[in-house]
Amino acid sequence: MLSWRRRADVLSTLFFFVIVASLFPLGIGPETELLRSIAPGVVWVAALLASMLSLGRVFANDFQDGTLEQLLLTPQPLFLVVAGKVFAQWLTSEVPLVLIAPLLGLQLGLSKQTLVVLVISLLLGTPVLSLIGSIGAALTLGLRSSSVLIAILVLPLYIPVLIFGAGAVQASVLGFDPQPHLYLLGAVLVLSLIFSPWATAAALKISVE
Amino acid sequence: MTGPNGSGKTSLLRILCRLLPQEEGRVEWQGAEIHSLGEDFFADVTYLGHRHGVKDELTAEENLQVTAGVNGIKFDKDAIRSALVKVGLSGRESLATRILSEGQRRRVSLARLILSNTKLWLLDEILTSLDASSVLLVRSLIEEHIAGGGMAIVATHQELTLNAGQSDRLELKT
Repeated sequence: MLSWRRRADVLSTLFFFVIVASLFPLGIGPETELLRSIAPGVVWVAALLASMLSLGRVFANDFQDGTLEQLLLTPQPLFLVVAGKVFAQWLTSEVPLVLIAPLLGLQLGLSKQTLVVLVISLLLGTPVLSLIGSIGAALTLGLRSSSVLIAILVLPLYIPVLIFGAGAVQASVLGFDPQPHLYLLGAVLVLSLIFSPWATAAALKISVE
Repeated sequence: MTGPNGSGKTSLLRILCRLLPQEEGRVEWQGAEIHSLGEDFFADVTYLGHRHGVKDELTAEENLQVTAGVNGIKFDKDAIRSALVKVGLSGRESLATRILSEGQRRRVSLARLILSNTKLWLLDEILTSLDASSVLLVRSLIEEHIAGGGMAIVATHQELTLNAGQSDRLELKT
């Protein structure tokens, strides 16, 4: 819907993700067994934090330059506009993370099979992060220290995604079937797809007042 | 619409386009309460506020394409080009609006008015940071709009005399 000319923002999210995930092996030491067992959690927590970074931007820039008002005044259903914006955020900020995650997983000693599970779980989980995060971003528009507030509002809601996402990868590391976790993650995705655009649209209306 | 700072000009305009809920009273558009009209109401209204609604990273041309796109206006390159020529931005269509001046960015949002096909214009302090010739341009835009059967509500501190149709002056007091 909107083309993004701010490559620096996208890259900073990506670098943040890579650096956070790479700090763990440096801090913990090179024991492959240990790294392999913490890898699912590390990659997922890093993805969570990185997506927090990009969330503040979803609506803040539009709010400042008045584009958001214009978007609210278009003859389209607002939830569709919101869904478009969130999809653009996911495409520009989360998809690069998903693409680079296998590399980080490799670095942490994950097997090929587990890497596939990691990518699938991220593909299912990161849209949820964008969708839920957009509610927080819309609610905190125009507030001071909104980035801290977003984190406080949204991180607790991310917990199910983290549990099922990292759980799927962990199951695969331990040789169990990761499918139940992935199904649950898919269910969370469907739920948030249905509800969060409406919630975000309502929050935006309140914030623009 | 005139009035001192803080008299509620902006609030009134924002109420009229549903950005702000009113505390009491009703706002009606063509006989129906505006909140009951849903998104269709916005097909009749264009609001230009203090903030230009112009994306810094995009060029003037792209800005107009996005606006026309999300508002469901059919447009072609020529219409956008000629709108930009009309507001005096010819030759600057493909510059990022970030490097344009304040007044030029305001002109980009004026070009949006030319492209729009809405009946009601709500213009908030639209003359700020515009030079004398652009003020004339705004005047002729509004006059054309009114001559074509449109309606405009303009909040302003500057004198704006219109030669077309019927115009009323509303003065707000604090």
